[in-house]
Amino acid sequence: MIDNRLTRFFKQTPHPALTVYCTAGFPTLHDTVPILESLQTAGADIVEIGMPFSDPIADGEVIQQSNQVALQNGMTIKTLFEQLQGFRQKVHLPVLLMGYINPVLQYGIERFFEHAAEVEVDGVILPDLPLAEYEREYLPLCRKYNLSAVFLVSPQTDETRIRKIDDLTEGFIYLVSSSSTTGKTQGIQAEQINYFERIRQMQLKNPKQIGFGIADKASFQTACQYAEGAIIGSAFIKAIAQSADLPASIRQFVQGLR
Amino acid sequence: MGRTTTLSQFQVQTDGYYGKFGGAYIPEMLFPNVEELRQQYLQIISDAAFQAEFQQLLHDYVGRPTPLYFAKRLSDLNNTRIYLKREDLNHTGAHKINNTLGQILLAKRLGKSKIIAETGAGQHGVATATVCALMGMECIVYMGKVDIERQKPNVERMKMLGAQVVPALSGSQTLKDATNEAMRHWINHPHDTHYIIGSVVGPHPYPDMVARFQSVISEEIKHQLLTKEGRENPDYVLACVGGGSNAAGAFYHFLDEPSVQLIAAEAGGLGVNSGKSAATTVLGKTGVLHGSKTILMQTEDGQVVEPHSISAGLDYPGIGPIHAHLYDTQRAQFYAITDDEAMQAGLLLSRMEGIIPAIETAHALAVLPKMQYKPEDLVVICLSGRGDKDLATYMSYPYESA
Repeated sequence: MIDNRLTRFFKQTPHPALTVYCTAGFPTLHDTVPILESLQTAGADIVEIGMPFSDPIADGEVIQQSNQVALQNGMTIKTLFEQLQGFRQKVHLPVLLMGYINPVLQYGIERFFEHAAEVEVDGVILPDLPLAEYEREYLPLCRKYNLSAVFLVSPQTDETRIRKIDDLTEGFIYLVSSSSTTGKTQGIQAEQINYFERIRQMQLKNPKQIGFGIADKASFQTACQYAEGAIIGSAFIKAIAQSADLPASIRQFVQGLR
Repeated sequence: MGRTTTLSQFQVQTDGYYGKFGGAYIPEMLFPNVEELRQQYLQIISDAAFQAEFQQLLHDYVGRPTPLYFAKRLSDLNNTRIYLKREDLNHTGAHKINNTLGQILLAKRLGKSKIIAETGAGQHGVATATVCALMGMECIVYMGKVDIERQKPNVERMKMLGAQVVPALSGSQTLKDATNEAMRHWINHPHDTHYIIGSVVGPHPYPDMVARFQSVISEEIKHQLLTKEGRENPDYVLACVGGGSNAAGAFYHFLDEPSVQLIAAEAGGLGVNSGKSAATTVLGKTGVLHGSKTILMQTEDGQVVEPHSISAGLDYPGIGPIHAHLYDTQRAQFYAITDDEAMQAGLLLSRMEGIIPAIETAHALAVLPKMQYKPEDLVVICLSGRGDKDLATYMSYPYESA
């Protein structure tokens, strides 16, 4: 039984979660932790920290660019863990690390989980990790280090697979709102509502959060009618990319969604 | 259904791996399409009606079987017996069409109406655009902006054939980025689109599927050698490896014949220690790119590095998982061939045999002087493509001893 800030959040918090994705080391190398603090102050509920990768195939232009900038700034997993040393003195929000599998493999799988636990992160999202590999090699590490692993479900994912993902998950299910890369769609269409309804009727044991294409108050609030929260990535990256005053931009962004 | 059990340690196993390499490392949005393919590809391609159509088109449209040509002057020069498997004589000028034809027939049976592809040198793009014209299907080819500039004739050919060529503007704007863009396109259009990957790369079942479509190369070599030499198995098979589809096809029916030495030529660029190289087995380590675990050129932090080769078709930071496995088990020997060695070998074949090879192919030819043969040895080189597309590069190259 995994028990961390993330699993406790969904047990204890009545309102839908606002989860924000940011890219580690973006816009500048040392912005990572100050952004977490500002997000907490502004009222975000959960944060996903993106670990940048050279070839992010599930991401649209905005997050691709932020990855490239972060890599140019010198961000690495090692640097990220150094930045996160002691961040729990200030930030109590549930935090997940999200990224493609290759940098994690190179860092060392167990070493990655060990260090994630050491800095008191709550979970991981590794979108290109196959479920079979997860079960074999990663699940035991999640249990050992008390970390949640979150998996994506898309409109094409069949029911058997969704049940299996639900079984393997302790945290939340990441509902990808439509067949798309990140930052692609705007607004929520009837077809997507049918899909959210279909998932809701499955009565999964895990809470669900809807992501991809959630960009503003309207789409955030619609998504929250069908799930326990929603995830905003590209729109947030855009909002802070050119910001001269990060805390102010972040406050404005988060308040604009509630 | 849809699974293969094989005793060969060099074929893909039921879990999608070749030894430690392979698998399907893809985001969930691609899973249903790749899974549909995995469940159906073996059944579809073993179907009699599929095979009948495929074989007929290979014969009448592609021009197969391609000749196995005894290269007398090249043999004399190397004091051994050298055969060239003339894949350059296929329609569109390379082996690539064996695969695109197979995949488009498969895409039709999966009910898909649109095709996407990535291309580096443009050979796979042209081969895809060609079969799309043949089947009346919509075709979009992603090509790095840098490659569009250095492979103009192939870009024009694709357009002539009715394909839309979309420049990949992300990253290094070469083959790896074109592949990223094609995968993103597939995520955004999962229902009506099939992605024709051009090499033995990508998530399972692509490496195995592409190897099967290319295996016609070694199947023909066996028959042709038997007729010409009274034996099916040569002593050596040489092929170049970018992703490695012509090599996979040329090796395929010899994988379990230990007497046949398999030789792969990688692009050494300006030299393996120059920082401008694409010699993956020398410079890479185990990693994940484009859906499979393989040997990959990357930084210590796991960021994929930009390879360099004078040949756009070998300018890729990974190799197919089958080749990673052949390297790992030492079933195949790998040679890193520099730009200069390849260009010299291309010039040599032109002058000695009257055949201008693709620069990719010239890398395989450049292995010849690095090896020791007996006069009675049989050496087969997969002449994967012709060099028309490379004329500008050949003509402007500063040869040291032309």
